[in-house]
Amino acid sequence: MPRDARNDGRVKILKLKPTHIQTTADDHRIAKLAAFAIALHMVEAVIPSPLPGVKPGIANIVTLYVLYQYGFATAAWVSILRVFASSLLLGQFLSPTFALSLSGAILSLAALWLAMRLPKKYFSTVSLSILAAFAHIAGQLLVVRLWLIPHAGVSYLIPIFALAALFFGLINGLITAKLLTKM
Amino acid sequence: MLNSPLFNKLLAQPKLLAKQLLIGDWFVLLASLLFVIYLFNTLWSNEYATKVQIRLGDKIYATYSLNQQREIHVHGKLGDAIISIAQGKARFAKSPCHTQYCVHQGWLSRAGQAAICLPNQISLELLGENKLYDSLNY
Repeated sequence: MPRDARNDGRVKILKLKPTHIQTTADDHRIAKLAAFAIALHMVEAVIPSPLPGVKPGIANIVTLYVLYQYGFATAAWVSILRVFASSLLLGQFLSPTFALSLSGAILSLAALWLAMRLPKKYFSTVSLSILAAFAHIAGQLLVVRLWLIPHAGVSYLIPIFALAALFFGLINGLITAKLLTKM
Repeated sequence: MLNSPLFNKLLAQPKLLAKQLLIGDWFVLLASLLFVIYLFNTLWSNEYATKVQIRLGDKIYATYSLNQQREIHVHGKLGDAIISIAQGKARFAKSPCHTQYCVHQGWLSRAGQAAICLPNQISLELLGENKLYDSLNY
C-alpha cells in the first residue's frame, strides 16, 4: 500500500450515526390518507376520457373527506402530496400535466379554505365540492391560457370544462356526504 | 328486470339527492348551472365563420376566406401540413404530427372554433364577421 493512502491519524474519519426521523401520529395519518388519494388518482389515470382534460377527479373525494374529518391543514397536505407522488408514479413530474394538476389543486384548496367558512347548517359537502371543482378548472385553464396554449381558441373549451366541473363536483360531493355519514 | 332491487335503487336516487342537499347547496347548484349556461351562450357563438386564420408558432401565417375551395401547404416545425378549405369550412387534411388530434378534429365551420396542432406548431382559428374576443387577442 502506498504511504499516502494509509490513514496515519492525520485524517479524521467521520462516523455517521444512523439518524431516525421522528414521525408523529399525524404524519402517519396524512401518509395513509395520501396513499388513498394516490390510489384513486392512479385508477383515474387509466380510465379513458371521451375528451382530453375532462376527468371525474375522484381523488378530490379524499381531500374533501379529510377536510371535514381532520381540518384544512391535513387536507392541504394530502392534496399536495397526492399531486407530487402521483406525478412521480406516472412519470409526469414537472411536465405540463403536473403543472396543470398542481395549479388545479392549489386553486381548489384556496376555494375550500374560503368555502369552509360557509355556515354548515345550509351548505354541505356538495357546495364545497362544486366550488372546489370550479376553482380546479379555473386554475388549469389559467395555466393553459398563460403558458401552454396562449391562444384565444382555448375559450371555446371553457363551457365544456365548466359543465364537467359542475357534474363531477356534484357527484363527488354526494359521495363524500355518504362517506361522512357512514364513518 | 323492472322489479330488481338495483332498478328500485336507481329510481330512489333523485329522492336521496333531494334529501342530501341543503338549502345552500341548491343555491350553489342553481347559481353554477346559470353560470354554465351563461358561458355556453357567450363563448359558443352560432355564427358561421367567413375567414380562417392560420398561425405558425406565435405569428399569424395567413388569413384566407372560407368562400373558396383550396388546399394550403404550410411548413411547420415537423413538416408539411395540408389545410383544406371547402364550402365555408376548414380542416387539417394532413399533418406530420404523431397524435393526429388536429386532423381528427375534422371540419370547422363556426366562428371561434379552433384546431391546434402543438407538435407542429400550426393552429387554425375561424373568424366571423365581427371578432368576439378582441380583448383576449394580441
